[in-house]
Amino acid sequence: MSLLEKEVPGVVMTPDNIRSKKLPWAVDLGVAVVALIVAAAVVLGLGLGNWVLVVVVGIVFYLAGMFAAATRVEGRRSARNRLWKTLIYAACILAILPLASVVWTLVSKGAARLDGEFFGTSMNNIGARDPNGGAYHAIIGTLEQVGLATLMAVPLGVLGAIYLVEYGRGKFALTVRFFVDVMTGIPSIVAGLFILAFWVLIVSPWFNNGTPRFSGFAASLALTVLMLPTIVRSTEEMLRLVPGPLREGAYALGVPQWKTIVKVVLPTALPGIVTGVMLAVARAAGETAPVLLVAGGAAAINFDPFAGNQSSLALYVYQQAGDASRFAPERAWTAALTLVALVLILTIAAKLLARRNRLT
Amino acid sequence: MAKRIEASNVSSYYGSFKAIDSISMTVEPKTITALIGPSGCGKSTFLRSINRMHEVLPNARIEGRLTIDDQNIYDSDVDVTAVRRMIGMVFQRPNPFPTMSIYENVVAGLKLNGVKKKSLLDDAAEKSLKSANLWDEVKDRLARPGAGLSGGQQQRLCIARTIAVQPQVVLMDEPCSALDPISTLAIEDLMFKLKDQFTIIIVTHNMQQAARVSDKTGFFSIEKTGDPGRLIEYDDTQKIFSNPAEKKTEDYITGRFG
Repeated sequence: MSLLEKEVPGVVMTPDNIRSKKLPWAVDLGVAVVALIVAAAVVLGLGLGNWVLVVVVGIVFYLAGMFAAATRVEGRRSARNRLWKTLIYAACILAILPLASVVWTLVSKGAARLDGEFFGTSMNNIGARDPNGGAYHAIIGTLEQVGLATLMAVPLGVLGAIYLVEYGRGKFALTVRFFVDVMTGIPSIVAGLFILAFWVLIVSPWFNNGTPRFSGFAASLALTVLMLPTIVRSTEEMLRLVPGPLREGAYALGVPQWKTIVKVVLPTALPGIVTGVMLAVARAAGETAPVLLVAGGAAAINFDPFAGNQSSLALYVYQQAGDASRFAPERAWTAALTLVALVLILTIAAKLLARRNRLT
Repeated sequence: MAKRIEASNVSSYYGSFKAIDSISMTVEPKTITALIGPSGCGKSTFLRSINRMHEVLPNARIEGRLTIDDQNIYDSDVDVTAVRRMIGMVFQRPNPFPTMSIYENVVAGLKLNGVKKKSLLDDAAEKSLKSANLWDEVKDRLARPGAGLSGGQQQRLCIARTIAVQPQVVLMDEPCSALDPISTLAIEDLMFKLKDQFTIIIVTHNMQQAARVSDKTGFFSIEKTGDPGRLIEYDDTQKIFSNPAEKKTEDYITGRFG
């Protein structure tokens, strides 16, 4: 008799038999089929809904049926285990479904205009009755704006995070961290308005004979404002994960602090930092409002991010989706697909670059 | 090369908490000194104050004098990096740099301090790895990651890394506590070998180890939790383990306390 047995009557902690009965997989399948049939009969019979509801109700019936069957054959503990396992799998599939649906919608609707013309021409002189037209100018805009924003936000953000983790002590660091958190919540339109008021209306006239001017660079400034907090916070978390003894190990070799950070701490945290940066890049590439506010949007190709209106893929999607032309929706879908593909390619490339530095 | 270390009335604080109370001891060059005592009695704190490693923790400060060949390392014009270059340290848990290969780990101290010449680095790597009894095991896979070695090998890698920069004093904070007896023996052999060149101070919980390797032993203890650690007795190892002057020391090494 174990101690537990004495204290909690009925609970046997030390069974003599370690084997237990298992439900064969055929029962699993049978219950699933029966559950679906019953669900279909109930839902369709009563006219409650379509096949989606059948699947949902079917899953509920399956869970109940399996729980009952497993309790009978395998025991309560095993039945509960099955129940939770099925729920967790179901949650995982449920979470992936919208994503798969988005990808499918993009690919199926975006494929129509996936041609050379789309990637080679702009919307210049394309009227409402013209079926052609492309997003070349928008792709250039996105690449230049996001590229410039990344060039500004990554050094600032990473250095800021290094300050917070390695040097920051006391009230000032706490204040900085607080405002970085506040910045995370800034709506993109507010960032756009800030740059409109500050850069476009006050600073840009100095470079343009006193006339305010839209530019892709203004958009990348707004995107920088949006990317900074994400990069600072994710880099900060990654730097904090680098074990203290690693830094001490370098100090003990007489390596100065800045060199320890550059050569030991940053490389160790690099893969995580890259992930954070790519999240920020993806967010920036998808922003519409700031680009509309401070770069203005354009139909023609403009390679110069420092002068004149520019478009971007997100803005292009917004404008085409709202356009009256019956050819516009197709262009919007293809641009959306292009945007997602662009972010995906950038993410994969960045991960590969970060991995190349790691030893195998 | 090896240096003489002299501590006089060294007290260490973490914020308002006093961790050790006026420790005074002299460590002669080219000797091995063992610091023993129950957990939390300030051995490691004292060890870390010898190369100013305690400063890594916020709010840590120190009182008293600590001199290396008559230079006080706590003088305001002392460069802490230079102190640490002179006084190397091996930690309780092996901490090879995870992004570096075995070779890069060994020469990290040299490379990060500006040594660029490949032949110099190669020589230093081979020499240090040989001194650390690790050369034969890793010579064919120097480009593999240092973190892929076994625990004992990693610790010897860290020792190789420490001696590659040719410090004058080597501090060891329970270097064998995570190792099996064979690796422990290898490291003890290594300490004997290194004694010709370096002054070694080792913190250990293993009293046999202290008795085996050290020339002098310091016994630290605390009255009760929350009190600062004190140096109870410091003498030749032979004397401490055969005929200690203090009752507390005797109780500790015979296992009646701590």
